[in-house]
Amino acid sequence: MSENRTTDEGRRQFLGGTLALGGIAVAPGVFLVNVAGAKPADQPVTDKVRWGLLVDTTRCADGCDACVRACQEENGWGGPDSNEVKSSDEQKAQWIRKVHLRNKQTGSTHSLPLMCQHCEHPPCADVCPTGASFRRADGIVLVDKHTCIGCRYCMMACPYKARSFIHEELHGQKVNAPRGKGTVESCTFCVHRVDNDREPACVEACAAEGRRALIFGDMKDPDSEISQRLKRLGVRQLRADLGLNPGVHYEGV
Amino acid sequence: MARFSALTGRTAALAAVLALLSAPVLAGAPKPEIPRGKGDQCVEPTEVMRRHHMNFILHQRDETMHRGIRTKKHSLAECINCHVPKAEDPARQVHADSPKHFCSSCHTYTAVTIDCFGCHSDVPQETGVAKEDLVVPVHGSAPALDLEQEAARMVQAGGKAE
Ligand code: SF4
Ligand code: SF4
Repeated sequence: MSENRTTDEGRRQFLGGTLALGGIAVAPGVFLVNVAGAKPADQPVTDKVRWGLLVDTTRCADGCDACVRACQEENGWGGPDSNEVKSSDEQKAQWIRKVHLRNKQTGSTHSLPLMCQHCEHPPCADVCPTGASFRRADGIVLVDKHTCIGCRYCMMACPYKARSFIHEELHGQKVNAPRGKGTVESCTFCVHRVDNDREPACVEACAAEGRRALIFGDMKDPDSEISQRLKRLGVRQLRADLGLNPGVHYEGV
Repeated sequence: MARFSALTGRTAALAAVLALLSAPVLAGAPKPEIPRGKGDQCVEPTEVMRRHHMNFILHQRDETMHRGIRTKKHSLAECINCHVPKAEDPARQVHADSPKHFCSSCHTYTAVTIDCFGCHSDVPQETGVAKEDLVVPVHGSAPALDLEQEAARMVQAGGKAE
């Protein structure tokens, strides 16, 4: 009983503290606003945080593509009214895709979203001749389209097939996701949201579906939910053998 | 002595450029109709914006892209939000390919092609940023520009490019 009370009080204090900092809790433990990285608009990002994502594949449902649709809506690519009207389906941008894995021996299946893994040692940035592909201090890997020459080396270098090239003139881009002909693009971790203390669109959409298969946060903050969850058994990075130390982790595969 | 003549040269060049910028040298070509922005005052004095808006935007571009600095003052999205009116009917929305668009009005007149809108939105959109951040400090924190010095610098840069 007394133990329960302590836990409850601890939790209330934790929630209270979070709220005071500007977080919005929709349910205990479900945060729309991520307070860990609260940063004034005029301050640069630092390496004191490293943003990461955990995909809990045990909660990810086969057939659900809420994360993909949310990304399309947020960043203005793909979907039924894609602004890539001339490109073939293989050419069209794909920032995030649902992948289905099946173990041939046991027949067990997994469904999981795959996007840019935000590598600590990104090969895309290594091979980029202009420095357009780069990794921000806080671990988010981006393409600076102002300096991208569209050579697509980075697409060849990425082991996760995370990048797309825009083949045609686009119209109706989103203000937060500029994208255009002749440049390469990939998942930005919704950097415009992260810089404003919000979670990526896919993470929010997954929570709204009631699944919470996606956990986003600061992996350098030992108290963050993601840091706690990363310690669990069965959490791994895809192709960890490549030594790229991706920021995206998968649980249950 | 040498210094003196260099200075005179620079002043002369500056005067020439200023004359070029202000005099109707393109007599005959109709002056652009520049749509009025919202509010009374831009984020910098109008003369400064006329000549230096590209420098502000270029600087902000790198700051935002690489360092995640997202102040509103010199952000292209906020230029558009103030200077391009949002049409009720999307079919009547003015886009950058029209000389009625704020940016295009001048850029058509001066025959300077810009490629900002190959990627960026040319119409106002919600940025999803907290409202209080949108209050633009007029003549705020940025160090005041010495107009003459800046103009001279640009004359020199232009001279080299030619
Ligand atoms: S997943 Fe691919 S695009 Fe993303 S950082 Fe790694 S190499 Fe670059
Ligand atoms: S396509 Fe662009 S981002 Fe990719 S390697 Fe070439 S210049 Fe760099």
